[in-house]
Amino acid sequence: MDLKEQVLIMSGVDVRKCMACGKCSGACPSYNEMDYHPHQFVSMVKKGNIEPLMKSESVYKCLTCYACIERCPRGVEPAKLIEAIRLLAVRPQGSNHIKADDIPSLLDPELPQQAIVTAFRKYSK
Amino acid sequence: MTYSYYPGCTLKTKAKELDRSARLCAEALGANLRELDNWQCCGGAYTASSDEIATKLSSVRALLEAESREEDIITLCSACHNVLKRVRNDLTNDANFAFKVNNYVKPEKPFEGKTKVIHFLEFLRDEIGFDNLREKVVNPFTGKKIAAYYGCLLLRPSGVMDMDDPENPKILEDFIRAIGGEPVMYPYRNECCGGYVALEDKSATVKKSEKIVASADGFGADIIITACPLCLYNLESAKGESEVKYFTELLAVALGIKEA
Repeated sequence: MDLKEQVLIMSGVDVRKCMACGKCSGACPSYNEMDYHPHQFVSMVKKGNIEPLMKSESVYKCLTCYACIERCPRGVEPAKLIEAIRLLAVRPQGSNHIKADDIPSLLDPELPQQAIVTAFRKYSK
Repeated sequence: MTYSYYPGCTLKTKAKELDRSARLCAEALGANLRELDNWQCCGGAYTASSDEIATKLSSVRALLEAESREEDIITLCSACHNVLKRVRNDLTNDANFAFKVNNYVKPEKPFEGKTKVIHFLEFLRDEIGFDNLREKVVNPFTGKKIAAYYGCLLLRPSGVMDMDDPENPKILEDFIRAIGGEPVMYPYRNECCGGYVALEDKSATVKKSEKIVASADGFGADIIITACPLCLYNLESAKGESEVKYFTELLAVALGIKEA
């Protein structure tokens, strides 16, 4: 199975529905921190160009806030593509974006547990 | 009225006030919150991938325990609520998912869908009723301008969360009116605070939260209220003029349980 097919199965997204209006990127609160933006995830998955996205920092900048999903007029769900591509990047052994040993130095006394468990779930397998 | 209660990791640690005030308010409103005996952390995030099973098992176990008690589950933290409600949706609508998780969990009886996941705000609106709540208020927030902060997890994805209109919600504003306050309308109330990125890149979450807090402050808010411990942390980190509080803290004051 090629990477494109894998992303489509994992995410359940039909990229062919996209009409390239750009609203997903317009709605994205992390747009400025991303090298590839939500609309580019859709167009690059459509072309089967997955590897640059897997290596991109964008997959760790997506907040999974679902603004892109809620506001897409065509129901394309870009955040689900980003989630699938992040999983492809972090699932292989030794590919975790954050390791347990990294966490103590990142903590401040008020940071809620919720932030730690969520980041760990998103960034590590 | 008896409910199974799922507090979640943060309500036992950094957000004890959210837990304490909600329990006291529920009691005052005649509801019995029975904490689940064997709840486990929800993981903070629902992983939206069709092949992701193990990260959803803790929610499955909570749903099974509540259903064996014949109770609905009440949640407070927006993240727990989002994860539990979405896993419940998968369990009831995706036979393949249910088959796979049951291979791990081996339930005596599979989940039937009788147990619902109810956020404390939904409990106030749908079970108590905001009109009834208003009658129980002894210390109204008269003249206080209160900004509701929804964030992302309570509302989205709207098809599954089904709490309110995702772009023009009103449940928190109706709550504010019920406790005698004046809701402040501002454009950033359902934009994301930056969430868990706070761990790795706090400057990014502060920047997002500053926009939200500046907007609420600009529209004259005295207090910003939220249901989510991580939203509270991020909004406080933005150091605006308004205080940031859990909605249950205000409710406890309004009901005369807690000093203002």
